[in-house]
Amino acid sequence: MKRTLSFLSFVIALAVSSPAQVLSADQILDRIDENAIAGNRISVTEMIIHSRRATRTLKLKSWVQGEDKAFTEFLEPARERGTKMLKLGDQLWTYSPDADRTISISGHMLRQSVMGSDLSYEDMLEDRKLRQVYEASIAGEERLMDRPCWVLELKAKAEDVAYHSRKIWVDRERFVLLREVRFAKSGKPLKTLEVKSVIRAQDRWVQNDVVFKDALKTGDGTEFIIRSIEFEAEIPEALFTKASLRK
Amino acid sequence: MIKFLFKGILRDRSRSLFPFLIVTAGVFLTVALHGYIKGAEASFIRSNANLLSGHLRVMTEAYAKEADQIPNDLALADLPSLLQDLQARFPGFIWTPRIRFGGLLDVPDESGETRSQGPAAGMAVRLLSTQTPEIELLDLKKSLVRGRLPERPKEVLISDEFARKLGLNPGERATLISSTMFGSMSLANFVVAGTVRFGISAMDRTAMIADLADIQDALDMKDAAGEVLGFSKDMIYRQKEVDGMAAAFNAGRGDVRDDLSPVMVTLRDQPGMALLIDSLSYATAAIVGVFLFVMSLVLWNAGLLGSLRRYGEIGVRLAIGESKGHIFRSMIYESLMIGFLGTLVGTGLGLGLSYYLQVKGIDISSMMKNAAIMVPSILRSQVTPFAYVIGFLPGLLATLLGASIAGRGIYKRQTAQLFKELET
Repeated sequence: MKRTLSFLSFVIALAVSSPAQVLSADQILDRIDENAIAGNRISVTEMIIHSRRATRTLKLKSWVQGEDKAFTEFLEPARERGTKMLKLGDQLWTYSPDADRTISISGHMLRQSVMGSDLSYEDMLEDRKLRQVYEASIAGEERLMDRPCWVLELKAKAEDVAYHSRKIWVDRERFVLLREVRFAKSGKPLKTLEVKSVIRAQDRWVQNDVVFKDALKTGDGTEFIIRSIEFEAEIPEALFTKASLRK
Repeated sequence: MIKFLFKGILRDRSRSLFPFLIVTAGVFLTVALHGYIKGAEASFIRSNANLLSGHLRVMTEAYAKEADQIPNDLALADLPSLLQDLQARFPGFIWTPRIRFGGLLDVPDESGETRSQGPAAGMAVRLLSTQTPEIELLDLKKSLVRGRLPERPKEVLISDEFARKLGLNPGERATLISSTMFGSMSLANFVVAGTVRFGISAMDRTAMIADLADIQDALDMKDAAGEVLGFSKDMIYRQKEVDGMAAAFNAGRGDVRDDLSPVMVTLRDQPGMALLIDSLSYATAAIVGVFLFVMSLVLWNAGLLGSLRRYGEIGVRLAIGESKGHIFRSMIYESLMIGFLGTLVGTGLGLGLSYYLQVKGIDISSMMKNAAIMVPSILRSQVTPFAYVIGFLPGLLATLLGASIAGRGIYKRQTAQLFKELET
């Protein structure tokens, strides 16, 4: 989830110099996965949804522990305030304060968009390491955002993945994704991710401003801007329980 | 002469009974089938208009293109001003906004966990307004099976079949899980005021009827609606009238068109409706045509048999000086009388059956269990003024054609041969 929810800054690049030229595709994936793994983190993010008719801005706070636990609360706008989401492993629940109901998101509902954004619940659950799920090959090298990048093509090893293949542009020094295209089995692009800026936070490189676009949706995509992020913060274990959704 | 021929027909039934029965049967089937098709046509139009499309339907152009997917993100905005405009420009019509929506209806247990859940196809209409036409349009009072109609906000009706499947009773709470106009997940609680049965399988499986304001609130659609339906005040669909209104409304949009601006379409312009309406009209014409053709063939044959049987009679009449034309004409008159009598009886029987089916109907719900279109579960005939006269076309024309063709043999008789023929 840390990786997929780039707006939550799960993709971290280590600012270390390395003999990039000699890395294999799998080693690059390992470095990306290593960068994505972090302990606890708390972040506040703005989600700007550029839909066909209007632009809406939502503000959310996330508490993330490892790969499997995440708790998100929407802070703004007033209509969405108090809506919460809890992810435990491959399970996802959402709580609506208006209805005072907690609903498990499963089955076809996973394909639905999160708050009308270009991100689906399925995207939120996509948390396995890239190396575990994909076979990678280096397709070339390009410059992006004035940074040297590897271009990697990933093909799924298993059938139970949301995206059959991906093409990623990885910063050669920071090991952070700067662009990504996710494809269906037919080869049709489904989602694109464009990083607009990267910041350094607590010795990590974090995607600070990302535009996530669902190719099947009209509109100009959803922009995720990290307003604050704190690593290795203390998070009470009780937060990651269904009971905390109604508090 | 007519009186003379009429007496002949009555007294010599062997020459009139068979054609009479043929005409009666043919006219009976024509009238009954015409009534059935007209009934089906009226049912389809009424059901589709009241439940789905109105006589006129105003949507955004973008919504209209994907209307079957219920794209509420493309709904009409600024609804009050649109309604005001429609009422001012077309005062002879009733304008009523609706929101169609999909989602899951989730029934909680005592602890708030899901007890049962099922997909709902919802419709939001003005239920609570005092002057709403929707109660009549959707025939909600008659459709009510259990409970009562909604009287307060957040009360809904759901189809009885759906309610039983979910184990939901009037007075119980359910949560609608749907998407807002902006795509967010929406959870809203409702109380089931009553259950309904529309008699339309596609709706009876998953229908949910809610008040417009409640759904506007739940789906974040303030001052918005998926569509505005227009109905003529006498509830009669007149194609020319609605064509003119739609053309006038759409012309007002100008040349530079925003696909989120409203567009008006007629019932006939809805997907599949033109084909349906035309098909039913063609079916009526085809039925009359087929019966006319078949009855003409049968009556021609009957006429030939009659001519053969009356070979001697015609010969004597020719021998005593009656002209061939007179005999031919008298046979034509005779056939027309038989046709007229057969048509009267056939029309009477056909109308009788049509009236019966108009009142009782034919329940086809068992055949429509998986139907996804608005097809009434009970098909009824409809007796129209045209049904009283439609039988006369095949009834009289077929006997006329049959007698005319068969009667041509009279002109082939040679007067010089008559006595010789009569001697044998």
